[in-house]
Amino acid sequence: MAIEVKIPPMGESINSGVLAKWYVKEGDVVKKDQPLFELETDKITSEGTAESAGKISLKVEAGAEVKIGQVVASIDPAAGSAAAPAAAPVEAPKPAAPAKALSADTASPAVRRLATETGIDPATVAGTGKGGRVTKGDLLAATETKPSAAPTGSAAPSVPSAATPAAAPQSAIRNPQPAERQTRRKLSPLRQKIAQRLVAAQHEAAMLTTFNEVDMSGVMALRAKYQDDFVKKNGVKLGFMSFFVKAVVHALREVPAINAQIDGDTLIENNYYDIGVAVSTDKGLMVPVVKNCDSLSMAEVEKQIALAATKARDGKITLADLEGGVFTITNGGTFGSLLSTPIINPPQSAILGMHSINERPVAVNGQVVIRPMMYIALSYDHRVVDGKQAVTFLVKVKQAIEDPARLIIGI
Amino acid sequence: MDSYDLIVIGAGPGGYVCAFRAAQLGLKVALIDKRATLGGTCLNVGCIPSKALLHSSEHFAFARGHAAAHGIKLGSVELDLATFLKRKDEVVAKNVGGLALLAKARKVAVLTGSATFTSATTLEVRGTKETLTVTAKNIVIATGSAPVELPFMKFDGETIVSSDHAIAFPAVPKKLVVVGGGAIGLELGSVWSRLGSEVTIVEFLPKIVAAYDDDIVRNFTRILTKQGLKIETGAKVTGFAKGVLTAERDGQKLEFPADKVLVAVGRRPYTDSLGLEKAGVQLDEKKRVKVDAHLKTTAPGVWAIGDVVAGPMLAHKAEEDGAAVAEWIAGKAGHINWDLVPAIVYTEPEVASVGLGEDAAKAANRAVNVGKFNFAANGRAIASDTTDGYVKIIADAKTDKILGAQILGHGAGELISEVVTHMEYGGSAEDLGRTIHAHPTMSEAVKEAGLAVSKSAIHAL
Repeated sequence: MAIEVKIPPMGESINSGVLAKWYVKEGDVVKKDQPLFELETDKITSEGTAESAGKISLKVEAGAEVKIGQVVASIDPAAGSAAAPAAAPVEAPKPAAPAKALSADTASPAVRRLATETGIDPATVAGTGKGGRVTKGDLLAATETKPSAAPTGSAAPSVPSAATPAAAPQSAIRNPQPAERQTRRKLSPLRQKIAQRLVAAQHEAAMLTTFNEVDMSGVMALRAKYQDDFVKKNGVKLGFMSFFVKAVVHALREVPAINAQIDGDTLIENNYYDIGVAVSTDKGLMVPVVKNCDSLSMAEVEKQIALAATKARDGKITLADLEGGVFTITNGGTFGSLLSTPIINPPQSAILGMHSINERPVAVNGQVVIRPMMYIALSYDHRVVDGKQAVTFLVKVKQAIEDPARLIIGI
Repeated sequence: MDSYDLIVIGAGPGGYVCAFRAAQLGLKVALIDKRATLGGTCLNVGCIPSKALLHSSEHFAFARGHAAAHGIKLGSVELDLATFLKRKDEVVAKNVGGLALLAKARKVAVLTGSATFTSATTLEVRGTKETLTVTAKNIVIATGSAPVELPFMKFDGETIVSSDHAIAFPAVPKKLVVVGGGAIGLELGSVWSRLGSEVTIVEFLPKIVAAYDDDIVRNFTRILTKQGLKIETGAKVTGFAKGVLTAERDGQKLEFPADKVLVAVGRRPYTDSLGLEKAGVQLDEKKRVKVDAHLKTTAPGVWAIGDVVAGPMLAHKAEEDGAAVAEWIAGKAGHINWDLVPAIVYTEPEVASVGLGEDAAKAANRAVNVGKFNFAANGRAIASDTTDGYVKIIADAKTDKILGAQILGHGAGELISEVVTHMEYGGSAEDLGRTIHAHPTMSEAVKEAGLAVSKSAIHAL
């Protein structure tokens, strides 16, 4: 009995995605828990793994739009390692060597003829023959499901046409440029979702931004003084982010209105401190959430951020890692931004933007001195947060960073 | 008490293949047989000696009946039956001797004696001189089959005989009646017919070799009749008395005078005195050893293969069973495709089949395309005077996948092989037709039959 490989449920708001990549080939013998495919959904890119060992038969092509719960492959446990009896008396059965996928020069003569006449690459067809080979019947079936394939039966051998463009969605750009001047690439679901959410946030929230600046010399001195001991003890560097996370938790306690969100006609006040920390990956921005920041040590915060960042960049992040934040910190300073207005991450009500640290002349006690300064920005949803609260919150953050002793004393 | 990883009971094609394969995979193996020689029924008294007799008798028939037409003058042609049978014995000796060498080289312990289970892991082996007790983690029952006896005319080894005797008649019987129109009856009937016996085949069913398609059987029956065999179908044998075999057809009494009666109505699984109950091995309703899809019996560590389990009683099927079980026992992935077991009748011409027949396809309402090609249109067949018969390929109407083949013709048993290979890989009739076949060969008829499935045979209209 073949076991169906389905797109796993990813969370309430995710119904579909793109099966971006197969890690296995048709007819491969897979091990239990072996990663089978990369799934790109609106929110995250994740991996699907094999529930059981056996020979796999792929049912959708890479790049196909798939729904949650859709069967994308089947695993025949009888064909792979499981072909050996369960209790082999002498030694445990070893999985058979993976069957080689079909390549063009191992296709049968009838398959080769059909491939040439229809333009269908046998390598893209799921084979039902021995070792996953594509049979004539498989290719005939593929021909039926691909009416757009090149015409059959023409006297002249058909030439694979490179000029046939893929059907593009309706374009807003009236005068597309020739291909050498532009490259057109379909947005990944993640990118599409980012775009949608950013626009939605600006439409729905009454968003505005307040600014302040922070003298970083206090935090920098602390880092310089304790860095070595910190690394020695915790195996992770003491960064700026943990200070800001702690400062934000402190400020959220002082100004609980920020730790709230609108749900229809209801205001939800959150009594927990799960802080999202934006991480840039090559697939787009992701915001893994560090849970219960109020009860974490600085080192734990640093470790969790580092772990989440690694998972996000490796595409191994799960939906659970991204859900449930009450507030977000984003650090545009990593890339050198002096000042920006971040967009809040709905349904959260505010986001803190960190920026680059630059030495600037500032007036301290009537003297012009050079200090490492950072602009900080708080974008907030004016429907939930009043200007006074937002400004107070940002001042609390500024004060805590400039004088981290406040975090201990709690003022 | 000697202990092994694997003990195989029965050294026929199933048993010795199982033992050899297991030894190749590093297991410590013992192979038990009652006979002093390896090879079981097949090599000692079955497939191999009958093939020797068929081959020699074909030469005799050619020398007597056809040599002159080829411009060969032989003078008087006579049979020297003693030499004729001696050659058969030499063929057998060569085969079983080869097996003994292989067993030795593979360090398989050969125990001669009859084995009885004393538990699922121990056997008592009673030899002529001593009785041994041996034990193994795995025991394979490969005890094969024995000819079925008719209760009202038991084998006496003289007049009422089984195939075991019919490969060694001391003289050519004047009148030989063969009960059963299956492969064994037709092959041995052909042998003695060629040597001068008056042979009558008495078959209970409406046709001989009942598993084949009607058209194949019709043509085959006509060819055999032309060769001198009398074929009586639909006749139920009722007894034998005073040199006359009696039978009934549609209430009518039939009488067949016979010097000898070869009863070849089938074979039964051979599990006599194995002590299966001691091991906890159960039989099914047809007295075959009950096995699962991996040929495991109901007793842990005990397996069964070949004629003793369900499935066609054919040496090559038993061999595949044996190899797969050895691989499973060694923890490897054994493979058997029981859907693709070819079956052959080694008469002249031969009849060979694999997979689904045309009749069976139609009975199952499967949409198929059938391609036929006559050997009469094959150059090599004309040159060799082997134009009887044809190749028939049965393919799925939609996918063109080959579902089966039946071949009536000279060397059909060799020709069927490539169809089996194509089928094993899921090949279509077109694949067969697009595969190069050397010219001039009989095998071109197979290619043409493949093309004929899509009505595109070159040398036929």
